[in-house]
Amino acid sequence: MTHWPYTWGSILAVVAASTAGDGLTSLAMKQSGDVGKLYRSNGLGRTIKVVLGNTTLWIGVGFMAVAFFALLFALSWADVSLVAPASASLTFIANAIVGKLFLREQVDRRRWLAAILVAAGVALVAR
Amino acid sequence: MNFRKRAILAGVVVFGACGDVALSRGMKAVGALSLSHWTEAISAIFTPWVAVGIVLLLAFFASYLTALSFADLTYVLPATAVGYILLALMAKSFLHENISPWRWAGIALIALGVGFVTSGPAKTAGARGQAQHLPPVGGA
Repeated sequence: MTHWPYTWGSILAVVAASTAGDGLTSLAMKQSGDVGKLYRSNGLGRTIKVVLGNTTLWIGVGFMAVAFFALLFALSWADVSLVAPASASLTFIANAIVGKLFLREQVDRRRWLAAILVAAGVALVAR
Repeated sequence: MNFRKRAILAGVVVFGACGDVALSRGMKAVGALSLSHWTEAISAIFTPWVAVGIVLLLAFFASYLTALSFADLTYVLPATAVGYILLALMAKSFLHENISPWRWAGIALIALGVGFVTSGPAKTAGARGQAQHLPPVGGA
């Protein structure tokens, strides 16, 4: 337990970076619009250009890479049986908060309940 | 939600779980990596199971981005969490890992959460971000 500040610091870093990555990626895809409709009206080449030409997407992917390396550090300081369930389940809750506050999605009682149930379930599955 | 969108969400689940299982199988064959022999990580990419895993995870990411283009993040993440169930079942079948009673309880909670979120709308009005309206190819 001597490494607990490092352990929980790195777990929180995984959660923060992962949530930022998911939030920014989601924002980028909302800006691009429904890929199916884009493909039908503009063809494959232009659809790929619109999706991959969005800077927000690449910033999101960058945060996902940071989350991956933070996970590697967390795993070097603590057991996978703590790091995996803690980071995965906290990320579900953090994403619900980001969905409501940053993406302004309508996170009703049903979605909160789903996020909490899935977070608890993931924590148990990853034990 | 139409068949195409359901198929894309299923793609997120199946490609993600199969990709993880293929990577796990490949890396178990490669063995533990160390920083002093980091080049082994590059050669691991070209082993069959790891290569298959990477291709499947690329398909997962393409499906994930497509799903986020027509549904909210707070819908996609819980709805595709069924992948954790698939992953546990595949780990039992193909990697011969044990599923404890705690894991079965976790699977039940995930299934319940997925049931809750998928009974509601996939996209809510008023969310941030505005789709770009491109003219059709050949149009003005």
